[in-house]
Parts: sequence; C-alpha cells; structure tokens
Amino acid sequence: MNRKPFAITLDPNSSLANHTGNWRTMKPVYVDRLPPCNQACPAGENIQAWLYHAEEGAYEEAWRRLIEDNPMPAIHGRVCYHPCETACNRGQLDEAVSIRAVERFLGDQAILHGWQVPCAPPTGKRVLIVGAGPSGLSAAYHLTRMGHAVTIHEAAAKVGGMMRYGIPAYRLPRNIVEAEVARIEAMGVTIRLNTRVEDLDATIKTGGFHATFLAVGAHLARRIDIPGVDAKRMLDAATFLSRMESPFPYKLGRRVAVYGGGNTAIDVARTAERLGAEPVIIYRRDAVQAPAFKEEVAEAAEEGVRFHWLRAITKADHDKLTVEVMEMDEQGKPKPTGRFETIEADTVILALGQKADTGFLRNIQGIRVSDDGTIEVDECMMTGHPGLFAGGDMVPGEQSVSMATGHGKRAARHIDAYLRGTLYVKPPVHPLATFDRLNGWYYTDAEQSKQPILALARRRATFEEMVGGLDAGTALLEARRCLSCGNCFECDNCYAVCPDNAVIKLGAGNRFAFNYDYCKGCGLCAEECPCGAIDMVKDLK
Amino acid sequence: MPEQRIKFYQTGTYTAGNRLLNEEARTVQSRMDRTNSLNSGHRACQGCGEALGARYAVDAAMRAAHDRLIAVNATGCLEVFSSPYPESAWQIPWMHSVFGNAPAVASGVAAALRAKGREDVKVIAQGGDGATVDIGFGCLSGMFERNDDVLYLCYDNEAYMNTGIQRSGATPPFARTNTTQAVGETPGNLPSTGKNLPRIAMAHGIPYVATASVADLHDLEAKVTRAMAVQGARYLHIHVPCPLGWGSDPAHTIKVARMAVESGLFPLFEAQFGTVVDRMPIRHKVSVEQYLELQDRFKHLFGPPRNTDAIAAIQAIADANIATYGLTA
Ligand SMILES: Cc1cc2nc3c(=O)[nH]c(=O)nc-3n(C[C@H](O)[C@H](O)[C@H](O)COP(=O)(O)OP(=O)(O)OC[C@H]3O[C@@H](n4cnc5c(N)ncnc54)[C@H](O)[C@@H]3O)c2cc1C
Ligand SMILES: Cc1ncc(C[n+]2csc(CCOP(=O)(O)OP(=O)(O)O)c2C)c(N)n1
Ligand code: SF4
Ligand code: SF4
Ligand SMILES: [Mg+2]
Repeated sequence: MNRKPFAITLDPNSSLANHTGNWRTMKPVYVDRLPPCNQACPAGENIQAWLYHAEEGAYEEAWRRLIEDNPMPAIHGRVCYHPCETACNRGQLDEAVSIRAVERFLGDQAILHGWQVPCAPPTGKRVLIVGAGPSGLSAAYHLTRMGHAVTIHEAAAKVGGMMRYGIPAYRLPRNIVEAEVARIEAMGVTIRLNTRVEDLDATIKTGGFHATFLAVGAHLARRIDIPGVDAKRMLDAATFLSRMESPFPYKLGRRVAVYGGGNTAIDVARTAERLGAEPVIIYRRDAVQAPAFKEEVAEAAEEGVRFHWLRAITKADHDKLTVEVMEMDEQGKPKPTGRFETIEADTVILALGQKADTGFLRNIQGIRVSDDGTIEVDECMMTGHPGLFAGGDMVPGEQSVSMATGHGKRAARHIDAYLRGTLYVKPPVHPLATFDRLNGWYYTDAEQSKQPILALARRRATFEEMVGGLDAGTALLEARRCLSCGNCFECDNCYAVCPDNAVIKLGAGNRFAFNYDYCKGCGLCAEECPCGAIDMVKDLK
Repeated sequence: MPEQRIKFYQTGTYTAGNRLLNEEARTVQSRMDRTNSLNSGHRACQGCGEALGARYAVDAAMRAAHDRLIAVNATGCLEVFSSPYPESAWQIPWMHSVFGNAPAVASGVAAALRAKGREDVKVIAQGGDGATVDIGFGCLSGMFERNDDVLYLCYDNEAYMNTGIQRSGATPPFARTNTTQAVGETPGNLPSTGKNLPRIAMAHGIPYVATASVADLHDLEAKVTRAMAVQGARYLHIHVPCPLGWGSDPAHTIKVARMAVESGLFPLFEAQFGTVVDRMPIRHKVSVEQYLELQDRFKHLFGPPRNTDAIAAIQAIADANIATYGLTA
C-alpha cells in the first residue's frame, strides 16, 4: 500500500539522521588508571584485580590472580606491613579496605583446599638461588613457573629465613610458612638445607648453573660495647629469636632488658613475656621517634611490656643496668643530660638491627659491596657480575617480607630475559587513580570488618596466633568495600546517564563504547562515573 | 523508600547496575534491552536533564506496561527537540497536540482505549512545568477530578525553557529568568509566589502522587513502576536541571539535581490518596549554597555584596521541607 493515511504527507524519519556528535568540542574516552593500593604494594600485586574476583565469592580465581605476583598470600596476609592499606583511597571515605585480611583469607583457603600451581614446560636452564627466605622463595617460584630448573642452597636447617628465624610464631604460625613453602617445592623446586654457600664460583660450576640469585638476607647483628657487661647475659635479637626455633630456647632471667626501639625490639620483648620473663624496653629516643609501629607498641604494653624511653645504657652490672637520662634537642636528636638511673635486669638483649653477611662475595669479580654490607644492584636486580642477581634484605632499601618477595619476582623476570638473551621491558604504568577522581555518592558507607583478637591472658602466656582471620562472610563484605579506583567495574552508570543514548553496552565483561555519532560531549558520564574511569579530552574537528 | 537498599555492596544500590546486584535490583536503564524510548539524534542541549528524565521515566513505564504504551506530549522542549518534522526521536506511539491540553488529550486516549476494550494498553502524558503548573493546569485538574487512567509526568526545569527561559509557576524564589531579572530590591523571581503542584495534586485525593529526581535513578524507576501498577489518575513530578536555563555546567546536571535533593530543597516523597506515605531520607546533607553556587541563575546572590538574607530564606525553605517530610532520619 503506498497510499498515505489521512493528513500524513511524508513518512516520519528517525532522529538517527541527525548526527548530533558534530556539536562536540570535548569527547569522553575510557581510561584505566593505576589504583593506589597496586602502586604501593612492594610485591607488585594487582590487588584490585584479585579483589574483583573475591567480591563475587570466586575465591580460587581471586587467589590465582593474586599468586601471579605473590606466591605466599597466607604469609603476607599475616605479616606484611600493608602499605596498600595506607594508600587505599577508601581511607579518605571511611576506613581503608582491609586488603591484608582478605589476602590472608585467600591464602588460608588455598592451604585448606590444597590448590596447586601449574608450571611451564622446561627450558633446560638451571638457576641457583642462595637463601630460602621470602626473596629466594619468590624468585624460585616465578622462575619455575617460567620453566627454569631451580635449586636453592640454604644454610639453615629449615626454610623461611627471617619468616621462621625472626618473626615470632604468635604473629606467623610455622605451619603456615611450611604449607606455602611446600606448595613451591611441589612445583619442582629443589631446596638443599644445611648447605651454606661459601665458595660461590665453585657452587655455580659444579652445579652447572646458568644464572644465580643471591638472597641471603641480613643476619649479622649490630652490636655496641657496654662496659662491664658479662657476655653470658648479653645476646642479640637475631640470635635470641632464631634459638626459639630450636628445641632449646634460651633460658632467660626474670628481668629482661631489650635495648632498641624498632619492631624487632618489640618482637623480642613480647617473646620474652610469653616465656614468663618481665621484659623492659630501653630506648635512647622517645616513643614518637621510635621506629616501631605504634600499634605494636600498644599491644606490647597491653601484654605487660614496660618502656623506658629516653634512656641510654652506660653500664651493666650483675643484676642492674645504669642508664643515662636523655632529652631531645631542637634538631630532634637525643642528647645526654648527665643524670643517671638504675634499672634492674639480669639479661640484656640488643635489638639494634642486622647487617647483611656478604663476606663470601668479596672476591667475586664485579660485585660492589657497600660499607653496610649491602650489595649494589641495577634496576634489573643484577649485581656488577653478569648473570649474578641479588635481592631482599641484602640489597639497599626497605627490609620487609613483601619487598623481598617483590625483589624475587623482579629478579626472576630479568633472569628469565637474561637466560633467553632478551631484555625484560616493564609494561607502561597507568597514571594514578587519585581520590578526587571518584564520585563518592555512589558508594555505600560500610565499616571495615574487624579481625578477632586472642584473649589477653592467652597472649601473655602462649605462642598461639594472636590475630584471627576473617570468615567467608566478612571476607566477602570486606572485598566488596573496594571502590575499584580508576578502572571500570561495569556499574552501568555511564550507560544510564547519557541523555543521548550514546553509550553502547557491550555486555558482561566487555565494558562499554561510545557512539561518537551522537555523543554531544556533555561530560555527564565522566562526572557520574563512580571510579573515575572516563576522561574528557579535546575533540576539535 | 520500600525498595531494597543493600549495605556493604561495593556501591550499594546507588549505581545503575553492578554485577554484584541481582537482576531485579538493577535499573531498567542498566539493561541492554531497554527501549530507548527517546533515542539518539534528538536536539536537546548538551546534558539536558529533561531528555534524561524522559528517558528514565518512559523506559521504566514501557517496561512496566510490557511495551504497550501511548505517550501524549505537551508543547515544550521535550516535544520540540524530539520531533522536528519530519524526524522523530520517539520509538513508542507518541502524539502531540498543543501546549495546554496534554492531560485532556491523554484522558481522551484512555477513554478511547476503554471503549475499545484495550485494557492492555497504558497511557502516559508528559509536559514541562509551564505546561503542567500553568497553562495545562485546568486540563490536568480535570483529569485528576475524573480520575482518568493516565500517569502524568511533569518534567520540572523550573521555567519556560523552550521559548527562552521565562518564569513559570514553578520557578523558585530569587532565580533569574529572562522575565525575572536580577535587578531591583528583590532581584530574580519574587519569593512567596508560585505553586507546589505535587501538593495540589494530592489535594485532589488521586491514588498516587510522587516526586522524583534525575539524581536518583533507582528511586525514580521504582516510583514509575509503582505508579504504573495503579489504576486511575497518577502524578509524578520529576526534577530535571536545565543547563541552559539554570546556567549550570552540562556535566553537572545530575550533580545539581543531587544537591537539590541532599539540601532538602527538592524533597522526594510518595503520597497515596492525598496522604504522604513515604519519603527518601537525605544521605549526605549539604547546605543550599552548595546547590545554588553551581548555577548562574543564582549568581547574583553571591554578590558582591552577598545577599545573605535571600540565601537564608532559601535555606529556611529547605529546612522546612526537611521538617515537613522528615528527611533527616
Ligand atoms: C624479628 C623480625 C621481625 C620481622 N617482622 C617482619 C614483619 O612483620 N613483616 C615484614 O614484612 N618483615 C618483617 N621482618 C623483615 C623480614 O623478615 C625480612 O625483610 C625478610 O625476611 C627478608 O627476606 P630475605 O629473603 O631477603 O632474607 P631472609 O628472610 O633473611 O632469608 C635469607 C636466607 O638466606 C640464608 N642464608 C644466608 N647466608 C647464606 C649462605 N651463605 N648460603 C646459604 N644460605 C644462606 C639464611 O639462612 C636465610 O634462610 C622482620 C625481621 C625480623 C628480624
Ligand atoms: C498556547 C501557547 N502559548 C505559548 C506557546 C509557546 N511555548 C511553547 S513551549 C513554551 C514553554 C514551555 O515551557 P515548559 O512547559 O516549562 O517546558 P520546557 O520547555 O521548559 O521543557 C511556550 C511558552 C505555545 N506553544 N502555545
Ligand atoms: S578502594 Fe580498592 S582499588 Fe581503591 S585503593 Fe582501596 S583496595 Fe585499592
Ligand atoms: S533548554 Fe533546557 S530543557 Fe530545553 S533542551 Fe536545552 S537543556 Fe533541555
Ligand atoms: Mg520548563
């Protein structure tokens, strides 16, 4: 029928004929930004990406995404200093996402369910790793996943480095360390215990290794001379804590003085408390300047540890110490006052830090050892000696489990490239997803989930783990507190708020696209994107 | 409002969609099969709140009516920008008569459908604030009085925008329009004038009256959906910022609307048979300044010299709304 109905002269056309996109001077573009948590993680985790899976309760997928970067989530979930949480944008809204607690939950799930890691086909290359602390283990894991055959030589009788011989068991139960190491071993990593490397050249030659990663940590205690002290009653933190792993821990006196203001001093004092002693911490500066975490200082105090701030030990007698009262000068330095006090003590433990024991490397060609014993490495984690890489506490920088683990990953990538005769090129990083780019209105207020804490009486007398884990319910809620800073999480806001129907929804997992034929460039989508994943850019035709 | 507010979800129910929400808790606008009743290519300004409000409301009505819907439109921006002859941006049966008679035409359509026994087809009428509170008011009051089976949607952008920003009965106190210039003793629109149409509609005792805003998509859709389930005359008054007439950034359309809600100036409530039955509490309270500052039509209040009395008077209106509707709890 080509007869028009009454009073209609033309077929109505669709407004689609009108390309309103040509009104535009600015256009929206989807961007991905680097979330602050990811940026802050020393182990280089893509936290937001694994939280994304955890938000759906897909814990195994979350764990698998996590271990692409860090093979020891149950350990990190307990002892990592969580710089991610300090950086978390949610901290500016209410409280940071408890990233570490969710990481621990995932790590514990993996141990519970026995999740394993697949490896790549063998490349025929052999890598020697010296030291089975977090750095060595992390490198071993990544290299094995790339198909290289890894052998670790470890001086101690058990694996773990400072995760076993330093960090007390009430913060890091040893079965957790064993479970995560066992999973790495099950991938085919050979670990030779009680095997101290003394002659590196010879070890490399006899083993036929194509590359080496050094991760011997920092185990040499820094000491000071205290007049009058009797060597039997004075020991250092590293020695004291590592003896906790032997069947014969030290027999301490009743009054134990711990000298130092760092986290190690706190660990020592809290360990002594659990052994039945009455520990006091003596430190030359004040509580504000002490490098120990304030939270740990408070927990130690709760457990009964006493503190003598601004006191320097000048003399040690049979059962007492002479200390000089210090005061802070204008520059914030402690200075002596000439006033003295005595503190009763029958044992003194020095917690003044550790240095790397790198004497065995002095004769290796090209290696540069700094005065403090650390080894210099380039941005590829390679020492001055080709094929010889190093990381963890033995290289300059922050000393922590996550930093050591991150070094292990970074070294593994460069070792892999070295073995293949190529160069590892780091993918470009996105600009930061800052808080001001978020649209907070769309996020529900939700408090941080709290982890259970062991009763004080048990904390004072046993080495039971002090902090409990989240359960499936709280872990899910906690993961869902993530704001997905800077990366589209498919909330459909842009698709909904466009007055011009110029946003195309591509379906679950595929995000969105702009229909620039009709986009007028008003900028509503960018303004209403909760996570800041849309930029408005100039579009002058 | 009665729909579920999920706590602890990444973004609660506030974003349009989100994979963590079950299907029913997502909005119509988040669906790939939404009607796009008002399609691309229309000639509304950048960031037009009215185009957005119409897309939200009519798509939700279409879904509620199982796609059997007829829309009647009053003259105004929505009609003009969507249907310059011979183009139409409407993907639904849509008709326009004149400026003041949309409620009467819609009543006629509803009567015709009833006569034909087509109970499956639903009718909506829509118009701007001028068409609704001023010129079409008589027709609307008649539609209410007869309790005709029509959902009337008023897109309130607080002036006659299509003809160049003239004052309407819905223009707020002190706002500058082209007929209420910011000059003289009381610059802008005279306070204590104008009409509150939702209250007038309620006074008719019709089954359903509600207010909504483009700032809260979930709430808006829920109200359209509930209204569509009711038989008889229904009225929904939707706050839709107009970047051109209000002198606001087109990107801020939703933000401006949100500030109106969060300051208490535009209360969101629902009424049945003349009685308020529910209201949307303010989530993050803001001062009226935070709303006014975003718009050039109130620029004259910020001086110099700053018109503290006028700002205080506007704040008093917001505070009275908060008290009347209980918006803080
Ligand atoms: C008391 C204490 C508490 C700590 N608490 C925390 C904490 O809560 N969170 C945190 O992030 N970090 C903590 N740290 C720091 C953290 O433990 C270290 O930064 C981290 O373990 C360093 O890892 P690594 O692999 O470099 O070295 P290590 O863990 O020290 O491991 C080095 C390994 O190399 C072996 N080795 C050494 N020399 C040789 C050799 N010549 N041949 C073969 N093997 C050798 C050692 O036996 C050891 O097993 C703590 C440290 C201490 C001392
Ligand atoms: C009887 C009559 N008078 C005046 C006009 C001119 N006119 C067309 S639209 C309009 C204003 C519409 O204002 P409103 O209803 O608020 O809608 P808006 O454009 O603001 O969305 C006017 C005055 C007309 N079309 N018919
Ligand atoms: S909210 Fe999520 S993405 Fe943003 S910083 Fe925190 S954990 Fe990372
Ligand atoms: S004048 Fe206002 S209501 Fe009219 S199309 Fe422009 S923004 Fe929309
Ligand atoms: Mg209007």
